[in-house]
Amino acid sequence: MSAVTAEPRSHARAWFVTEHKIRAMRGYTGTIIATTIGTPLLYLFAFGVGLATLITSNVGPVPGISYLEFVAPALLATAAVLVAMEEYTFGILLGLKWNPIFVGMNSTPLTARQIVDGLMLFIGIRMLITTTVYFVVMLAFGAVPSGWGILTIVAGMLGGFAFAPVAAYSATIQEDRGQFAILQRTVILPLTLFSGTVFPLTQLPAFLQWIGWLSPLWHASELGRQFVYGPTEPIWLTVAHVVYLLALGVIGWQLCVRTVARRLNK
Amino acid sequence: MPAPVIVATDLVKKYKDFAAVDGITFEVAPGESFGLLGPNGAGKSTTMRMIGAVSTRSSGSLSILGLDPNEHGPAIRSQLGVVPQQDNLDTELRVRDNLLVYGRYFGLPRAQVAARADELLEFAQLSDRAKAKVDDLSGGMKRRLTIARALINEPRVLLLDEPTTGLDPQARHILWDRLYRLREQGTTLVLTTHYMDEAEQLADRLIVVDKGRIMAEGSPASLIREHSSREVLEVRFGSERNATAAADLAGIGDRLEVLPDRILLYAHSGEEALAEVTRRGLEPITSLVRRSSLEDVFLKLTGRSLIE
Repeated sequence: MSAVTAEPRSHARAWFVTEHKIRAMRGYTGTIIATTIGTPLLYLFAFGVGLATLITSNVGPVPGISYLEFVAPALLATAAVLVAMEEYTFGILLGLKWNPIFVGMNSTPLTARQIVDGLMLFIGIRMLITTTVYFVVMLAFGAVPSGWGILTIVAGMLGGFAFAPVAAYSATIQEDRGQFAILQRTVILPLTLFSGTVFPLTQLPAFLQWIGWLSPLWHASELGRQFVYGPTEPIWLTVAHVVYLLALGVIGWQLCVRTVARRLNK
Repeated sequence: MPAPVIVATDLVKKYKDFAAVDGITFEVAPGESFGLLGPNGAGKSTTMRMIGAVSTRSSGSLSILGLDPNEHGPAIRSQLGVVPQQDNLDTELRVRDNLLVYGRYFGLPRAQVAARADELLEFAQLSDRAKAKVDDLSGGMKRRLTIARALINEPRVLLLDEPTTGLDPQARHILWDRLYRLREQGTTLVLTTHYMDEAEQLADRLIVVDKGRIMAEGSPASLIREHSSREVLEVRFGSERNATAAADLAGIGDRLEVLPDRILLYAHSGEEALAEVTRRGLEPITSLVRRSSLEDVFLKLTGRSLIE
């Protein structure tokens, strides 16, 4: 009896969620432009022009690579991770609890999967903008010797994607007891410092180097370096970076879909 | 008779051991305005979420627009309009933008959504607020915007969960007027409420729900006729004396309810009952004669008031 309206394909529906998020982002255009352009300028200036003057010895396995060239891919990846983390934490809990737009979306034909897919796409777009601007600033600072350098954008985005398990965790939080602040201080901040970002992982005592091997940020930074001034490592390791980052991202994404679906179906 | 738009049979929703909805059965015909009346925690919202195809039932059968929500959630939801108990408008978007993004979820083309959004803002009397921030709207305006949003896909059934809870009387009347118009246009309405006046205003037919079960079913008028007297005499003797006075009132009218603050005497004629009270030498501090309402039906059926 029912005249079911034409069903747009699943991916098309996910895009409507992305569209919504982009429209909501317009309210913060000024802030976003300022931070997207300001952050790379400040960081590359501080590290590349300031700190670099103190660092005269070689930092990587390749002689002739400046500290700026070494640190820039890691800073780009860190920026991508921070943008993604914002959405994986506040973006998720905002939609489920504080400004429960996911609940509203779910009362339309949208499914939990489409909602999460749309959000991930939005995060991808945000990371793309951030890393592209970062890359342009890197070019301006002369921090990209290789022609493959542009691929560091992909490396950075993979790094952000690999933190998707955080989104699945956020979707399980019922009450905000400062979990995000704890996560930020005890996991994210240490990772940004000890993932071979501002100094090579080999500088860490051997018993601490596992932090880097587990850290998506180390894999993303090393991957970015391969494109910016590499190759400096065996090809299998480069492939391993990509596989590791993709695997974490896909697992987190799928877990997030499941958790959100369970939470919306009360 | 046209096929019903909703058929629920022995519908159950359990959370661990607790049955929020404990075997309810009802049908809703197209164009009907159907109400679920009951106190907070009766299982009304849970029922609404199952009808809205977002909450999986624990047992029983359910058909919405001829489809099983377990199998065809998105197809069902594409034809529903949902006004949840708690507004979930996007406070990061402006008023009109809320309608635009929502319309897109149904896969409607941009131009169509934009035209429809303007019509609905007109309907919701919010045209002059189109560019306002959601947080700057009053409670009544937010509610009207949520209703406008629920209508963006021209739904066959509009689900309203406690549409006027928390609104001041004037805002409620504006909202009722809008819903009344929808009813006149033939939109099928399903609403929950714990306000008996709202149920009387808006529902052609309703079920009285308590603790997840149906206590009674019928039109507001027939429920009152069936479960209560024509009139009610309310007398107050002061909280100290209510109980002792009640003993002296025995036999007046059909039935008597002693509430903490007043005594209700159910009688065909309230004035005659009051005359009898005075004849017995009792002097209530205040007395009031009124028509029976759904509140009285609920009290009779459950021994409790709707609003506690």
